[in-house]
Amino acid sequence: MISASSPEPAPGRTKLAIRGLSMMFRGADAEVRVLEALDLDVREGEFVCILGPSGCGKSTLLNIVAGFLPPSSGTVRIDGEEVRGPDPRRIFVFQERGVFPWLTVEGNIGFGLGRLPKTERGKRIRHYVRLVGLEGFEKAYPHELSGGMKQRVEVARALAVDPDMLYLDEPFGALDSITRLEMRRELLRIWQAEKKTILFVTHDIEESVQLADRVVVLSARPARIRRIVEIDLPHPRDLSSRRYLELRDGIFEEIGLAHRV
Amino acid sequence: MKPRSPLEAVLLPAAAAAAIVALWWAAVAWTKTTVFPSPAAVAGGIADLARKGLLFAYVRDSLLRVAAGYGAALAVGIPLGVFLGWRPRAARAANPVIQFLRPISPLAWIPVAIVLFGVNDSAAIFLIFLASLFPILVSAMNGVRAVPAMYRQAGENFGLPRRALLARVVFPAALPEILTGLRIALGVAWIVVVAAEMIAVNSGLGYLVIDSRNAGKRYDLVVAAMLLIGVIGLLLNVLVQRVSRLRAVRWGFREEAS
Amino acid sequence: MTDPETKHRPAAPALASRLLPLAGIALLLLLWDLAIRFSRVPLLPGPLAVARAIGELAQKGFLFKHVVASLFRVTWGYLLAVAVGVPFGILLAWYRRGGLALAPLVEVVRPISALAWIPLAILWFGVGDLSSVFIIFVASVFPLAVASMSAVEGVSTTHWNAGRNFGLTPGEIARRVLLPAILPRLLVGLRLALGIAWLVVVAAEMIAVDSGLGFLIIDARNAGNRYDLVVAGMVLIGTIGLALDAAMRGIERLPALRWGYAANVSAEAA
Repeated sequence: MISASSPEPAPGRTKLAIRGLSMMFRGADAEVRVLEALDLDVREGEFVCILGPSGCGKSTLLNIVAGFLPPSSGTVRIDGEEVRGPDPRRIFVFQERGVFPWLTVEGNIGFGLGRLPKTERGKRIRHYVRLVGLEGFEKAYPHELSGGMKQRVEVARALAVDPDMLYLDEPFGALDSITRLEMRRELLRIWQAEKKTILFVTHDIEESVQLADRVVVLSARPARIRRIVEIDLPHPRDLSSRRYLELRDGIFEEIGLAHRV
Repeated sequence: MKPRSPLEAVLLPAAAAAAIVALWWAAVAWTKTTVFPSPAAVAGGIADLARKGLLFAYVRDSLLRVAAGYGAALAVGIPLGVFLGWRPRAARAANPVIQFLRPISPLAWIPVAIVLFGVNDSAAIFLIFLASLFPILVSAMNGVRAVPAMYRQAGENFGLPRRALLARVVFPAALPEILTGLRIALGVAWIVVVAAEMIAVNSGLGYLVIDSRNAGKRYDLVVAAMLLIGVIGLLLNVLVQRVSRLRAVRWGFREEAS
Repeated sequence: MTDPETKHRPAAPALASRLLPLAGIALLLLLWDLAIRFSRVPLLPGPLAVARAIGELAQKGFLFKHVVASLFRVTWGYLLAVAVGVPFGILLAWYRRGGLALAPLVEVVRPISALAWIPLAILWFGVGDLSSVFIIFVASVFPLAVASMSAVEGVSTTHWNAGRNFGLTPGEIARRVLLPAILPRLLVGLRLALGIAWLVVVAAEMIAVDSGLGFLIIDARNAGNRYDLVVAGMVLIGTIGLALDAAMRGIERLPALRWGYAANVSAEAA
């Protein structure tokens, strides 16, 4: 069971608006169309999963939304403003290798807090260290930590600057499946506590149904939105409930996978 | 750093080179120096050498010496390095010797080379051999040592005898590292041939540098020779890099996907 | 990386692994001695003659004088090269266009051996210490620039992006992301360049100076075929080179920097 307290119903206004987003890369011989005319709205406080097979372009999509890449065409607006570059109000959580190896856990978490007075910084760092369950490891360096711990440092670092939105790019991909389950639970708990808008990229169907309010299913390259699945399950989600299995299997079928291996 | 187009990759350096030549010409004209050559003088010097047929002869001689010394270093260094990499105990014994001999400049070996070979080509080739040997040896050794155990185990699993295992699994796996060593060694060989020629022989680009100055303060030829040395060194480096990019080897050099 | 020989045997005791290097050196010395004894080249010295020569130098006070002189020149030339080459290399990588324009030109100058710079050095700086330092500078500055450049290029895109994401100004990114991130690779480059600087000291000291290990080697031969002193000079150079290299490796292993080791920076030969 993934536990987190139920979110307050959030009809919410539109936080993120993507219109006509396309992306082409110039390859060695020809142009590669990665994304094809995507339209998507994300409401404030929503947890949206972007689901697709490896290489379909979902990471590219997230990088564009985060402002690291300019799109070939189309617009991305957040709170009505067009996205022109990365912004500390929307922090990208890379996989564990985004952690800075030359800073301690404290140093990493406090990375974006340079402009705060010292006491305030210290308070925030302590809060987020506790939030992600890394008490006792404040002075440790990343190379002394496990993969799951490094991932938690990154999440804490992202949260410490109090962003509106979090972008997560397959953050748990390098972790073992047991740690992954724990991390999902943690993430949902934090989401409830902090009420951020979250965009979460994954190739794991189960993961998307366990976490998201809505799952955006992408096709293979060039990626288009095949379907948007509304996950109307309350948290904590019962992984053996009929509705969960229905939703999960529905996505399996959408992607074209049979029920037997 | 990737150029956004082949045009950029050629145009920018060309522009920078042109700017530097312009500055050089201006500096010579402005200081009215009589000794340091202007770009025109250097170009004239090169043309002069070409006309006398010396340009080709000197370049050829230097390259031949490199080929001989470098080839010998390949013939000795790769098998020895593979052996040392394969047998860690032998490596541990040999390592301090290698680390000790490595920092000794090939120039310091000159007296020894002269005593052994006399003042002629063989001495120069011996120096090149010594200088190129270490990068090749070390990279072969490290390349083989770094081959993951699972590759060896897979090879053994398929029933490969020792020799085939080395040839079909270990050597290809170590190849990227070895190629890096080859590239470094070629660079060193080119530097050393020039140095060796200054002392032990009487043809070649290195000889040209020293002789031009000693025989008549022909600094235009000195600078011309230096430029030629630099350009050929660059070309040699590019050549080895091209080899590294062949499909058969490129797998070892691919950058980590970000 | 299991040693195929000991796969099925218990691990060799630590004592053996410490004895092996010594055994290697001892074997080398023995071969050297035998080769000299049985060779027809009377001029080259055996290990005992070399040891005696070193003792002779120490007794007359020359040992100290030559070692210090060489170290002095290398230190100056090397530090100057670091002060010029490292910022230059970083800038080449930071400003893409500048890098694309100038990097090929650096690659043209780099293969020019230190010796080939001697005529120009004498022309510009006359004969003496300044020329020697210049030669060492020229030999180290280009490898340093290239190493710095490649260290900057090796910073992972993820870290750049994280820096931008947190709203850092370019200056802050340079200070808080770039400099710490390049440190491990840069240290390796610094170590290798120090090796080059030391290697070149022999060439540098050919310019009519009157002290230094390089000078010793050349002078000992010219002034009287004292090959025992020549080889003594080589041995001293080799030893000091090893010591310098070990010192730099020690710096790489400092606790504050050890993360670079653990982060799998690929260093040159172990």
